[in-house]
Amino acid sequence: MCAVRGLTKTYPAARGRRGVPATPEIRATDDVRLDIRRGEIFGLLGPNGAGKSTLVRQLTGLMRPDRGSVEILGHDVVRHPERASRILAYLGQESTALDELTVSLAAETTGRLRGLDVRRARAERDAVLEELGLTPIAGRPLKKLSGGQRRLACFAAALVGERPLLVLDEPTTGMDPVARRAVWSAVDRRRAERGTTVLLVTHNVIEAETVLDRVAVLDRGRVIACDTPTGLKEQVAGEVRVELVWREAAPLHVPEVAALRDRVVESGRRWTLRLAPEEARTVVATVTGGAAFAALDDFTLATPSLEDVYLALGGAARQGLVKA
Amino acid sequence: MSVVPADVLPGGALAVGETAPEPAGLGPRARLWPSLAAVYRAQLSRARVARIPLLFVATFQSVGIMILMRGVVDGGGEAQAVVAGSSVLVVAFVALNLLAQYFGQLRASGGLDHYATLPVPPAAVVLGAAGAYASFTVPGTVVTAVFGCVLFGLPLAHLWVLAAVIPLAGAALAGLGAALGLLAPRPETATLLGQLGMSAALLLGVLPAERMPEAVRLARDLLPSTYGVEAFARTFGPHPDWARVLGDLAVCGGVGVISLAVATWAYRRAAVR
Repeated sequence: MCAVRGLTKTYPAARGRRGVPATPEIRATDDVRLDIRRGEIFGLLGPNGAGKSTLVRQLTGLMRPDRGSVEILGHDVVRHPERASRILAYLGQESTALDELTVSLAAETTGRLRGLDVRRARAERDAVLEELGLTPIAGRPLKKLSGGQRRLACFAAALVGERPLLVLDEPTTGMDPVARRAVWSAVDRRRAERGTTVLLVTHNVIEAETVLDRVAVLDRGRVIACDTPTGLKEQVAGEVRVELVWREAAPLHVPEVAALRDRVVESGRRWTLRLAPEEARTVVATVTGGAAFAALDDFTLATPSLEDVYLALGGAARQGLVKA
Repeated sequence: MSVVPADVLPGGALAVGETAPEPAGLGPRARLWPSLAAVYRAQLSRARVARIPLLFVATFQSVGIMILMRGVVDGGGEAQAVVAGSSVLVVAFVALNLLAQYFGQLRASGGLDHYATLPVPPAAVVLGAAGAYASFTVPGTVVTAVFGCVLFGLPLAHLWVLAAVIPLAGAALAGLGAALGLLAPRPETATLLGQLGMSAALLLGVLPAERMPEAVRLARDLLPSTYGVEAFARTFGPHPDWARVLGDLAVCGGVGVISLAVATWAYRRAAVR
């Protein structure tokens, strides 16, 4: 239902001004090719700055690409960006346009601006607020809500005035588990009843693994892999992740530990290693017995996550994916 | 957490739709007037939430200026100019200055994306916001005008002309404010331009024109709020020249149409980058 071909966008180099250093030309999306099928929850996963939001802005008609094509449900969105708003609902990261409205008015106004008449807009508003459990706070302005509640209210606004494609840019940021569940069950209901397609932007690995049908992994503007989460993880199935947390510093005087040093990703007291299962067993045996054990605070052994996939595929950012 | 596999969805989900060359039907487009009404209503409600305390600031400022000027002007034409200028200043403060700031911040923070991804005509967003800001000025302008008339002993008989002055001067100034806010490259610049516009309306509108040098008078003629001030000031006389009042109001209206058109163009430009 959505086909992206050769999508390229380059931000021009900026000249430095006083207090602002010059930035070189940045290729935010680089020859991106994607196919999103009807009814699936398709994810864009990558660290901050990978080009996820830039890609989504081009798909929603908010930004013109330099090159390439975007076709959604048979409509050329690059040539007719104004059609995007009649095919999809977009939940961006910013809520400033709605912040000073009440939850109820934000949803109703958005519905009316999506072409609903007053009665339909109000009926849909009431249904969506009820579905998401927002009715008790319907009369409160978004500004006065917590970050997660505000996000949920914006999500409600995105649902009023049904669209076959939902584009959600990090929809669950700041939400508690109850709100998250409300979001995913609302998405699932629309998928089951109407075949709604969802394009989800996330840097949350756990969420990506649990809700997505397929995921495209983005790194520096390029799609470096695209498959089901399970399919992607099979690519690194031969590896095990070992995390070691030292009490103060790593006991480098132990020769076995010192030997590992050039293979670890260090983050403060935490060492992360990606090893073959056999090797992992040896490492765990070494650090849990003998001289190194005194310096060890904690350790975990885990099967690979999408983060490991990202790193194994050559993802450049060592940090930036969230594991919660 | 998703429990529905994609391939059991209605319409055979996965396979169907990929090869169909027929474009799917589009959702409805929001029509101009209903969406304008929706934006206007939403913007008006912001006054309750944000309380726009600056509305009061605007009124106090104008009242203060009139009290100060009482010692300077000696009644007659100058008093009429001061009262009219102070009243229209409220419109300039809110419609020009605050709207420029609002759009500047909305643009900088990415808030325009919300409107840009809805099928709403750009004119509805701009006119709805401009209309709401012009409406915010009504209480302050009326209070200022009544207070001024009492203070300087001017007749209250023709204050009804405010019903034309506020919307027309409001349109001209709000259009200008929206355009400045949407065109300014940074929100700080939008704020600065809004403040400058308001300062110009203050200096050129409130101070009696007869005492100004030629160059400043020319600048005064270029400022749209001037025509609102003149139209209002003319109605204080014993026999107002209604043709000239209408002429001044027509200039306001014309500038309003042009500046709102520019603002709509600026909105389109800001929304898709």
